[in-house]
Amino acid sequence: MCQTSAGTHLGFAWGPGDILVYETLYKASGCPCIHEVRKDEDIYSPILRKLFNESHHIFVGLQTIGEDLPSKNKKPQFVSISKNYRSVIRACMEELQQVSILLAIELIWNLCEVLFIDAAPAGSLLLHLLDWVRLHKADVDEKAREVLQSESPAEHHDYWNVVVSYVLQGRLEEARQMLVKQATLQPAARSMYKLMDTLLSKMPFYNPGGTQTLTEFDVKWRHWHEEVDRCLQDNSFASNKHLEVICKILVGDEDTLLEHKDLLSTWYHFLVTRLLFCHPTVKPTELHYYAQSCLTMFLDSRSVPEPLDSILLAAFEFDIHQVIKDCSIALNNWWFVAHLTDLLDHCKLLQSHNLHFGSNLREFLLLEYASGLFTHHSLWQLAVDYFDHCPEFGRVYLELQIERVPLDTERKALKVLRICEQRQMSEQVRSICKIMAMRALRNNRLGSALSWSIRAKDAAFATLISEKFLQDYCARGTFSDLDLIDNLGPAMLLSDRLTFLGKYREFHKLYGEKRSGEAAKLLLSLMTAKIAPRSFWMTLLTDALPLLEQKEVVHLSFQDEDTELTKVELLRLALARNLARAIVKEGTVEA
Amino acid sequence: CANGFADEYVSQKISKTRWRPVSHSSLQQPDIFATGSWDNEDNKISFWSIGNNGTTGMDDGFEGDPQLLCEHKHDGDVLDLQFLDQDRIVTASSTGAVTIFRHHQNSQTISVSQSWARAHRYPCDNAPCTGVVCSSPEIVTVGEDGRIIVFRADQEGVVRVIENADSSTIHAVTYLRTSEILTVNSIGQLKLFDFRQQSNSPSQILSLSGDRVPLHCVDRHPNQQHIVATGGQDGMLCVWDVRQGNTPFSLMEAHSAEMWEVHFHPSNPDHLFTCSEDGSLLHWETSSPSDMPSFLQGGRNNSMISRSAMAPAGGNQSLINAWLSGDSSKGRLETTHMLPSQTLSVNSLDVLGQCLVCGTDGEAIFVNRQVPV
Repeated sequence: MCQTSAGTHLGFAWGPGDILVYETLYKASGCPCIHEVRKDEDIYSPILRKLFNESHHIFVGLQTIGEDLPSKNKKPQFVSISKNYRSVIRACMEELQQVSILLAIELIWNLCEVLFIDAAPAGSLLLHLLDWVRLHKADVDEKAREVLQSESPAEHHDYWNVVVSYVLQGRLEEARQMLVKQATLQPAARSMYKLMDTLLSKMPFYNPGGTQTLTEFDVKWRHWHEEVDRCLQDNSFASNKHLEVICKILVGDEDTLLEHKDLLSTWYHFLVTRLLFCHPTVKPTELHYYAQSCLTMFLDSRSVPEPLDSILLAAFEFDIHQVIKDCSIALNNWWFVAHLTDLLDHCKLLQSHNLHFGSNLREFLLLEYASGLFTHHSLWQLAVDYFDHCPEFGRVYLELQIERVPLDTERKALKVLRICEQRQMSEQVRSICKIMAMRALRNNRLGSALSWSIRAKDAAFATLISEKFLQDYCARGTFSDLDLIDNLGPAMLLSDRLTFLGKYREFHKLYGEKRSGEAAKLLLSLMTAKIAPRSFWMTLLTDALPLLEQKEVVHLSFQDEDTELTKVELLRLALARNLARAIVKEGTVEA
Repeated sequence: CANGFADEYVSQKISKTRWRPVSHSSLQQPDIFATGSWDNEDNKISFWSIGNNGTTGMDDGFEGDPQLLCEHKHDGDVLDLQFLDQDRIVTASSTGAVTIFRHHQNSQTISVSQSWARAHRYPCDNAPCTGVVCSSPEIVTVGEDGRIIVFRADQEGVVRVIENADSSTIHAVTYLRTSEILTVNSIGQLKLFDFRQQSNSPSQILSLSGDRVPLHCVDRHPNQQHIVATGGQDGMLCVWDVRQGNTPFSLMEAHSAEMWEVHFHPSNPDHLFTCSEDGSLLHWETSSPSDMPSFLQGGRNNSMISRSAMAPAGGNQSLINAWLSGDSSKGRLETTHMLPSQTLSVNSLDVLGQCLVCGTDGEAIFVNRQVPV
């Protein structure tokens, strides 16, 4: 809360993009102070803009995936879309310096893809989890590169760390290649290294595409596990503590694993490694038990897990709603939860439980995200597509927001209009056209104003514009903007006044071309058709004067009382003369 | 990327893209293009390279991802952008300003060479400058204020102003001849102005006989000075012969929303390109005509219908007049969607040699280096 210098107490609240400041009933005390508060600006970061734009493209593509395919056939498509989202995140990560939040997002998303979207069964599950861990532990490769590029890799201080890290990640082939370098340095221990190499090469990995069933693999794996255990019992590696450690890891010894916390660095790495060497046929439903225990074992020094840990745990427990809820709280931008939830919804993984204000979770998140986008001076266009795919409230939100987009140029107004027209938002169309037309009128751009009225089919405004033209004519005696009036075309029919204007101009043209007969006919029809405004009748009659063969053409302004009378006099005179002539003509008998 | 397009997300909505001209003598493909942004708090003009010069052999079209060379702040939306010469561009701004920027190739920097602030204006407000065309050193601009202004680069003031050239917004302008320009406006009219005449009135006005649909873009046939193509709010492509009276020769349904730009290919004018608010970019191609021009619809299944308003005069049909007959029957006129998938509005495109560049409201630039022309 802050105070103003006037002594009133102010409170404030955040809106989607603004801040609402209000006076409270509290009494001001102390010295006045205003704190400058800035809302997080990730929406304005240029690199994140790429994220928003690219993901918008993916989002729109996702919504249009055919409804006719049964869900299970769509799974590969959904997995592919999930990977697309993730590659967009990774692309941003490469450019942004402050990377931690994107790393976390990608980590979570990847796990959700493995567990929920791909929904890997036992056997494949572990393989996917291994991939997941490997992807997020890139420092192993960096270290390995460093070691390999050194003069004597086997003597590098990080050598054994690299080997052990490879083993922990199940990258046994690479571990073997590294070990070869050590083996050549210690010819005396050759048989020991050969044994290790054999053990590593024989570790079975489940092949989902192969003919082997899970049970067969399990049997094979147990045989191998027993073999490793025997080596341990036989003290085959007792003389080399490094190889002994590796052997213990292979057999899945928890204490040994925990001794390498620094290499594992996270409890979920520990989890996957433990599963790899203890229970590679783990079922999805069993995951949460292992996850919980691994978290507990790993975090013995810290009592409270971090938000990321809770989110991952919830994922392992297959509690999708908890994952979304925790992510919404922990992350300060709706982007992640909105897109992930939308994807999960398409996979039919979200139970439709209604939130208390009536829309479902997916729609709520998308609306929040899109509303945030709409406050951005440029990204508002993306938000439109999001609103389009929120069936319950999307349209209402769009109607409210679109009217607030500032219309600085005609080009922008045209784009906003097109959005409204495509969605039959006729209220907004009229409103926007009216704003633009008024602006044009204020700047005396009558053609533009008319163009906007035509677009909105706004007869009332077209009448207003015509009035302005006619006033102009009365004031100056000539038409302005002839290029417009002469070329009204069918637009003339938009309003009576406009038609009158067009026809009146036509009369002048005809008269100018000395086609008096046609001019007179037109003038007569204008008078009788009753589309002329009252104020104009005098002008029309005055225009009739020359046609009544008055010698002088009279153009008078309307202000002068006397001229009114003079005009009327002239008219009477002219009409009388004309009547006389007509009588004479009628009465003349052809000889 | 599919279809030979390389795309790049650039964190700004692109309003204009233009290739830097290549000298006629060299057979090089274009290498550098300029872009302008819009709807940003801080708009920019940028120069990009696709690394054409220096690459040898026939690579896949999409290996040349555009690389940003340099950029410069621009006051207001960039509503139009043209290259004045190899080093300078002229921009039309939503503030009403007309500015010349110079690209210093050695240092890869940009500086403002000359600026006419509020060239287009209302008495109490800014009026956006909507179009610019140049024939160095002459520059012609048009705006929402209905003015046509002629500048000369390196001269401070304006050379000539045609006040109230139009009572509606002039959206685009193009040269017909060295002293004659053609403008299109928001009540669907094409107006020719002859600078040799003292009078400020247009020497000719053309329009469609139907509704007054606003026109947004115009381009002249590279070889025939009397043939122009226009596009407007209803997405229709019209080809006109300005000598032959008041109605267009062909009307073709092209897009489902505003057509923002139309371009004849500068060296292969049988090819024409259009882009639109509906997110598509179309490549139109006429093939060589038969001896008997027929101008009724040919029954193609795509959404394109062609109608011709008048029979072309004369017996011998030259290649150019293929546009005028607007025939869509088999083999005469083909249309292809160039972009791989639907995007937000494609605001601008430019084509030179075998290279095409376009920019979208999805903040992406697409470059294709193997356009089939």
